[in-house]
Amino acid sequence: MVAVSNQNAIKGGEFLIRETEAHEIFIPEDFTAEQRMMAQACEDFLNTEIHPKVEEMDNMKNTEFMHKAMQKAGELGLLGITVPEEYSGLNMSFNTSMLIADVLGSGGSFSTAYGAHTGIGTQPIVLYGNEEQKKKYVPKLATGEWLACYCLTEPDAGSDANSGKTKAVLSADGKYYTITGQKMWISNAGFAELFIVFAKIEDDKNLTAFIVEKSFGGITMNEEEKKLGIKGSSTRQVFFNDCKVPVENMLSTRGNGFKIAVNVLNIGRIKLGAGVIGGCKMVTSQALTYSKERKQFKTPIANFGAIKRKLAEMATKIYATESLCYRAGQNIEDNINSLAANGMSDAESKLKGVEQFAVECAIAKVHGSETLDFTVDEGVQIYGGMGFSEEAPMARAYRDARISRIYEGTNEINRMLLVGTIIKRALKGELDIITPAMAVAKELTSVPSFESIDASLLFAEEKSVIKNMKKAILMVAGKAVQNLGEKINDEQEIMMNIADMIIETYAAESVLLRTEKMVGVKGEKACEQQINMSKLYVSEALEKLGTAGKEAVASFTQGDEQKVMLMGLKRYTKLTPVNTKELRRAVADAMIEEGKYCF
Amino acid sequence: MKILVCISHVPDTNAKIPFKDGQPDLAGVTFVIGPYDDFALARAVELRDASQGKLTVLNVGGADTEQTIRKALAIGADDAIRVNASPTDSFFVASQIAAIAKAESYDLIMMGRETSDYNGGQVHGMVATLLGIPCVTPCMKLDVAGGKATMLREIEGGKETVTANLPLVLGCQEPIAEWKIPNMRGIMSAKAKPLKVVEPVAVAAKTSVTKYEVPAARGNCKMIDKDNVEELVKLLKTEAKVL
Ligand SMILES: Cc1cc2nc3c(=O)[nH]c(=O)nc-3n(C[C@H](O)[C@H](O)[C@H](O)COP(=O)(O)OP(=O)(O)OC[C@H]3O[C@@H](n4cnc5c(N)ncnc54)[C@H](O)[C@@H]3O)c2cc1C
Repeated sequence: MVAVSNQNAIKGGEFLIRETEAHEIFIPEDFTAEQRMMAQACEDFLNTEIHPKVEEMDNMKNTEFMHKAMQKAGELGLLGITVPEEYSGLNMSFNTSMLIADVLGSGGSFSTAYGAHTGIGTQPIVLYGNEEQKKKYVPKLATGEWLACYCLTEPDAGSDANSGKTKAVLSADGKYYTITGQKMWISNAGFAELFIVFAKIEDDKNLTAFIVEKSFGGITMNEEEKKLGIKGSSTRQVFFNDCKVPVENMLSTRGNGFKIAVNVLNIGRIKLGAGVIGGCKMVTSQALTYSKERKQFKTPIANFGAIKRKLAEMATKIYATESLCYRAGQNIEDNINSLAANGMSDAESKLKGVEQFAVECAIAKVHGSETLDFTVDEGVQIYGGMGFSEEAPMARAYRDARISRIYEGTNEINRMLLVGTIIKRALKGELDIITPAMAVAKELTSVPSFESIDASLLFAEEKSVIKNMKKAILMVAGKAVQNLGEKINDEQEIMMNIADMIIETYAAESVLLRTEKMVGVKGEKACEQQINMSKLYVSEALEKLGTAGKEAVASFTQGDEQKVMLMGLKRYTKLTPVNTKELRRAVADAMIEEGKYCF
Repeated sequence: MKILVCISHVPDTNAKIPFKDGQPDLAGVTFVIGPYDDFALARAVELRDASQGKLTVLNVGGADTEQTIRKALAIGADDAIRVNASPTDSFFVASQIAAIAKAESYDLIMMGRETSDYNGGQVHGMVATLLGIPCVTPCMKLDVAGGKATMLREIEGGKETVTANLPLVLGCQEPIAEWKIPNMRGIMSAKAKPLKVVEPVAVAAKTSVTKYEVPAARGNCKMIDKDNVEELVKLLKTEAKVL
């Protein structure tokens, strides 16, 4: 393995202790005309094949619908986006694949089928398969000739995925494994030809992954699950009864399955973060259109401040998810490229490239899925009674959105994971959090310096807020680790508080940097609403950070120590009051004028 | 078969176009291939594939139209020509197309029945006249065999089937083909396909626009109870002043 040679390369989680400049980040406004054309093609695909047929897709009477839609996606090349060219793929860059996930994300049930096939279905072989396996299977998956599913979850092994009971037993002649067990919640199971199956060999601690063709036999299924949402996506229980799998179909090595599962999920998580954006924008635009048409008290409801507030909040959160997803996406892309340039294999560089940013992947998943839920919830509210009716689009959007907080690791698991990863890296010395945390601790007991802020500079105060937010995290997390040691992992409430502080900080910083970069190109006048949204986001993020911080501090400190910490929090959460009402009105008015989400 | 498809670069049909100082203000507007041209292009791709011929797209426009041209290349054209001039009127555009076509002798020159911005619907006829070849419009179905084209036209109260020998000019509309979404590979290869920029031939436009008028905004709608006929009559007399 080759180490990263570029010492200045950005590391995962490092944003907590590093000051990032606007020019260092990628913003969606940087996409090229070619990438935009791809996004447009995806939108055209949804507008012809999915959106007008959503009823047909979701009632599942036509069991062929999804299969055919996926094959059409295959014809357009959408199933081979991240597959190397030698296996009939297009080998696009990481952020291009994020953009495509973003646009296709508004496809409801289709998006789940698409994500399950191209992500967890295809990537295990692309990333861990040997040459023969890749040659044999990947072209079929990249073109849509075969569709794939991923069988990890079991009735008794969900979040604790490594505890699965499915067994793989080697035959006496050493030629094949016999897989026996039950899998649950398997997306695409109804039409998949290929199953990535995780099972245990003997009493191994960890899972092993296998590539299983449906034609191997011994696979049966329950009926389709009756689900709350994404009703058109096939989800079934899958039973393996003496399913014989040739030994050459073991993926990677014995006991490496859990690692495969985790690493593939890292990619899935950030893609899910991006994958909510298209849906969020669509819902916001629909709600906006409705609010302009619906009149009460002789006025379109869009004229009411309460509705404007909702629209602006929806937009601001979407803007934030989008900013952080593409920023992290580019960091990952750069990391992959630099590892590959240092001689690492394509698959290895992709794996390591993403793994480095596991924290950001988890942030993207949580922030994105919660933005989506917020958006559909307010979407329903703006539609009022019609929001509760299946005649209008909001009910479906509301139901479809809910899964995002559950799969690809629940948001609880992701919150814990992101804090756990940072602490682990800090203790291992990979991420030097300890020095800056000590500096903050020292600052706490010294007289506050009154840095004067040049208010004439754009975001002067907001930038100092971001610095302080990071200090608040270092203060709270540092003290928590110091006081609780290893036990912090059992204090999940505190872990969740810290996770919220980290997520909001990363989002707020990404929003500011994006707008700053955009202003540099287009000027302040053209970015008025982006500036408003940035101010809004920072002030809200700071509030949330303060609340989470206080909750945490109150739960593991006492007496004088607590007093010092609370004072510190107060110091680090200072911000001149922002007139959020006016900012939100301006943002909402711009959208009302444009008739859609337009940032 | 050698096919030329002429595409226009027009504002997205969903775009709102504001007027500033009596002129359309196109800053920030998204541009697309003219929707009717898109149908022509889709059929041309099918005919090119079937005949293993060559398909060229042409646009008369400034450098800002190149993204629209690239899209046509992504959809399937083999190469492209941009006549570097701002299209002032139908005659000017038709003269440019005719000048290129004279040098290249295409079997088919296809375009939309009209553009979706100015809706002139004259270019195909003028090109055909300038080249001295037939023109069929609006063409809703097109098959080519043995140097002969068979077309379907919709006419007042019915349909008409027309045949003509190649070469000819066509103004196309749906359902001549289903418009095509460019596939990802097409998009990726589009930037490598040849796009030739040529200078326009000198011709003067024959028409010029003197003025644009934006229709007056629609007034507010007043709802009157269905039983209140008197009120309705009163308002029609006093407010609407139509009685
Ligand atoms: C529509 C759908 C499609 C799916 N597709 C697939 C697929 O294609 N392939 C596949 O393998 N799986 C799939 N899944 C499974 C999905 O990944 C799991 O449902 C998910 O990981 C959660 O597991 P679980 O349902 O067993 O919930 P549980 O693990 O039982 O979780 C229940 C609750 O407990 C919380 N919890 C669990 N452990 C902890 C902990 N340590 N600390 C704190 N809180 C905890 C969770 O956050 C959650 O709130 C799908 C699920 C659905 C609903």
